[in-house]
Amino acid sequence: MKLLTLNFLTCARKTCKSAPSSFPLHPREAELEVVQADVNLAFLKNILPRLMWGELRTITGELGLPTLPDTAPERSALFTAAAAVSETTTPGVDPEAIDAPEHPAPVEEPEETPTQTAIDLHRILLETCIKEGKLVCGNCGHEYAVKEGVANFLLPGHLV
Amino acid sequence: MPQYLVRFVQMHESFRTAELEALAVLVGVKIEVMKYDKDSPFCIIKLPSEAAARSIISRSIISQAIYELWGEGPTYKDLHTSVREQSSSEWAKYEKTPFRFAMDSYRGTRTPSEQHTIMESFSYMGFSGPIRMKDPEVSFRIFEDYEFKADVPKYYYLGRLIAVSGRHAKTTYDLKKRHYISTTSMDAELALLTANMALAAPGKLFFDPFMGTGGFPIACAHFGAVVSGSDIDGRSIRGTGGSARRGQTGKMDVVGNFTQYNLEGQYLGAFVSDLTNTPLRMPTDNARSGGGYLDGIVCDPPYGIREGLKVLGSREKYGDEERAIHEHRFKDPNYIAPKRPYSFTAILDDILAFAVNTLVENGRLSMWMPTANDEDIELVIPTHPSLEIVSVCVQPFNRWSRRLLTYRRLSEFEVPQGVLDGTTKEYEKGVKADELNDFRRKYFEGFKEFEKMKLDSSEKKAEQIPPDSKGVSGRWREKSDR
Repeated sequence: MKLLTLNFLTCARKTCKSAPSSFPLHPREAELEVVQADVNLAFLKNILPRLMWGELRTITGELGLPTLPDTAPERSALFTAAAAVSETTTPGVDPEAIDAPEHPAPVEEPEETPTQTAIDLHRILLETCIKEGKLVCGNCGHEYAVKEGVANFLLPGHLV
Repeated sequence: MPQYLVRFVQMHESFRTAELEALAVLVGVKIEVMKYDKDSPFCIIKLPSEAAARSIISRSIISQAIYELWGEGPTYKDLHTSVREQSSSEWAKYEKTPFRFAMDSYRGTRTPSEQHTIMESFSYMGFSGPIRMKDPEVSFRIFEDYEFKADVPKYYYLGRLIAVSGRHAKTTYDLKKRHYISTTSMDAELALLTANMALAAPGKLFFDPFMGTGGFPIACAHFGAVVSGSDIDGRSIRGTGGSARRGQTGKMDVVGNFTQYNLEGQYLGAFVSDLTNTPLRMPTDNARSGGGYLDGIVCDPPYGIREGLKVLGSREKYGDEERAIHEHRFKDPNYIAPKRPYSFTAILDDILAFAVNTLVENGRLSMWMPTANDEDIELVIPTHPSLEIVSVCVQPFNRWSRRLLTYRRLSEFEVPQGVLDGTTKEYEKGVKADELNDFRRKYFEGFKEFEKMKLDSSEKKAEQIPPDSKGVSGRWREKSDR
């Protein structure tokens, strides 16, 4: 499982859901693996505002990965546009805009190159995988085993 | 807006315009369906531009191609008049271009010499470029639409090819060629259609809570989405439980499927979990955990027939002794979490609630749901105040049908105030699967009401059948007659 998934996972117990300490789950005895993948800039740009950055830092810290900056990078820090095309529209009323259809026509995006910030983030979120280990809830202490890269969140009979 | 002709395939009729409309939303253009008949594969639509037509159709699974409409009519005479009126201004553009003419007769045939005569009748357009059957620069097609078993077509069209569809993906992802499948894997064509309905696209994050061997996530990854999934049965994800493929041995798993299609970069990994006790964070439970984060959810939940519908828990409430046993044993590597049958209507509502919690605004949920034909009423489609139904597509089978329901997550402003406050629903009570699942019971009763209707009409026929010929011996027949 790629590290990004940990940004969406909490304890499966209903009683833990409302407790702030149930998120994120803490990896223990984790065996990491890096699986190379192409940088997916469109995805990074989309997912960045949905990341819980503080919790991501906690996890990378606990796994002994390179320290992340205190705050999430700006979306614009992820790429440099190869051709300088201004995205801002010209001020003033465009006569054609009045008759424009409800949905705007697709805009051809200029070629963009990922910055080092994007490559580093990609490395952590989408190339680093947990292969074996445990994920521990900070609230109830329940341990979820990760085997062959697949975490098991099935609760035992007495915890359902 | 210019008019275009879409050449659909003549199957899954109720999905056809729904797919086009979904793709138009994805591309961000307005689409207007001018002429559509479920009995014909030809559909006339309006789109703002050729580029829009190209982007829409290049992803479409249920169509073959899109053409610029050059003319139409109920007879060849009308077609020629219409071509002269509508497209004579275009002719000069293609005067010297290498071109090709072809014919497409739906439910009819033309001999090669007839085809030749028909094509030659368009010679007034004055194309003097070389005819090139392979890789022409411009391609025209004459369409003939026949009534079933009619001698003469009822309608004609002429179109200039703009783009062929993405239907070839159906062959690439064909289950017959997939390394690892299970008994209930969704047909590749319908899985890809589902991904289109849910607007899977590059940059998006998609999730399937009943992934099985990963058919839906693979279809979404094909369209560029980053995907993840979960299943209550870990064996299907890890692949240690064998495969549905006859004679297949060795390690086959979901990751292997992604590798087969060169999509492993878009696979986040999966986990074993139960939807009613999901580990995914729920923004409504915990204010600290932000808003929704999934762009789309696609799933085919277990109907309780070929795949059991189970959730975590036990049929009966535990006594102290049993609790103690579980508490003592749960760290055992061979421990298996207890599961119990669950109500089908409840799981559908659980999926909607899950979608409301995890989807971003305008994110989509596309979910399959079975419906017995004798129950085919609008009421049974599950609803939620925060979800708007975008489309309902039906795939009919012999005795039952299933539907693909697509919902859009509304923004907070679109949901009327007060509707979200506590209405708790009553679900089927009981501990056995049949008590909990109306559809399952009907299925195994063989849809009796339906059968009875059939029987009444063919009663005379049945009487003529000798008593022993239906696999029931005479002795038993007498007994059951009493």
